[in-house]
Amino acid sequence: MATQRPRVSDWATDFDHTDPEWVADPYPIWNELRTRCPVAHSERYGGAWLPVRHDDVAAVAYDTEHFTSRSVVVSEVRPGPDDLPAPIGQAPPITSDPPFHALARRLLLPAFAPKPIEALEPFTRELCVELLDATAGERQIDAAVDYAQHIPLRVIVKMLGFPQEDADLFRRFIRIVLEDVDQSAEERQAVVDEGELDAYIDARIAEHLADPQDDLTSFLLDAELDGNKLDPDHVRGTMVLLMIAGIDTTWSAIGASLWHLAQNPADRQRLAAEPELMPTAVEEFLRAYAPVTMARLVATDFDFRGRQMKEGDWLLLPFPAANRDPEHFPDADNVQIDRAENRHAAFGLGIHRCIGSNLARMELRVALEEWMKRYPDFELVDPTRVTWSAGQVRGPRTVPVRVR
Amino acid sequence: MRVHVDPEKCQGHNRCYALAPELFDVDDLGNAFELNDGVVPEGLEAKARSAVANCPEYAISVSE
Repeated sequence: MATQRPRVSDWATDFDHTDPEWVADPYPIWNELRTRCPVAHSERYGGAWLPVRHDDVAAVAYDTEHFTSRSVVVSEVRPGPDDLPAPIGQAPPITSDPPFHALARRLLLPAFAPKPIEALEPFTRELCVELLDATAGERQIDAAVDYAQHIPLRVIVKMLGFPQEDADLFRRFIRIVLEDVDQSAEERQAVVDEGELDAYIDARIAEHLADPQDDLTSFLLDAELDGNKLDPDHVRGTMVLLMIAGIDTTWSAIGASLWHLAQNPADRQRLAAEPELMPTAVEEFLRAYAPVTMARLVATDFDFRGRQMKEGDWLLLPFPAANRDPEHFPDADNVQIDRAENRHAAFGLGIHRCIGSNLARMELRVALEEWMKRYPDFELVDPTRVTWSAGQVRGPRTVPVRVR
Repeated sequence: MRVHVDPEKCQGHNRCYALAPELFDVDDLGNAFELNDGVVPEGLEAKARSAVANCPEYAISVSE
């Protein structure tokens, strides 16, 4: 069960990314830490570190020798060596380290390159139109619940070749894995061990083996590593990863962008008048509202930026904080939808760059384009009714808006 | 002007390809490479600079 944690009193020595203050608005916390102690520490979760400067976040992302990706979600119980057999990890390649990482990643990359993702744009656009059609006649709609959340969910279900009506099932799995950080690893594992998810995936795998399709499931089943078909655990782990990594992340980015536009009429008017600006605006929304904070485990005792890190310590890797570093982004807390120079790290840096970045960008752009076509004028019903997810994926979970 | 992608630094963010498809392409794995030996046709200098300024990995450079 979730435990009630004491509130954070000092962010430099006792940070907690599930504290209500962080959940509501983490940016002032990171700004304060950036000037005070760029690498914060906490005894929570058995010991954890938090860099907040762009340079430090980048240095960790590039250092796969001192930081392992064996677990990328901070929780109460850190995995032991037997839980996640190195070097594959539970969900390759995100939980894999070099050299296995490159092999596992190489298998997946062709499915996520720009051209195959472009092919999914018509499906995504039709889906957005269908979702907007369902809101016809309403004066108030929830941009997160009624719109944003369905888009990446149904696109990944489509990519995997699973039945569209199973989309709700995945929403529950995702919530368990990413948002209930107070659950122990065992408690989370129990959900998986009840076999529901595995059984579901095994059934889809069996169907695809019997009758191969032109989809990601058959692509994975057909893939070879060193001349052998992938281990079933590898296939299942990768599918779980795609579901988990591909859904609430993009849902968060779409929701946060609509939340921003609901409050900024000048940006709405400009995008309505200059639709060709949308790809640039999408990058700025990704920078300013990057949803994903990753994590690493310290692989070996060593000194980083003057801090004595110990093997097994957690390190929270906040790409959203890197994106707000004023040393890299002038006027970093100000959203400028025409920002021309934007080396943001919303999709991470280094070898673990989000494999779905082309997909996420396409979904975000199409979702905003179709929304703006349908509802160029909209506003928050009540800013206090907007709620944000807790955990390492940050996005609004309810965004009631009044549409005209 | 010439553009150059450092293949050691490129991680396949595909920003250059999105911003300047006249100057860059990507392989099946999403890794970028420069077209036309990196020679930037006249009139596309701003696009080349934009690709440099938007590469998260600092993998692209231009030389005059």
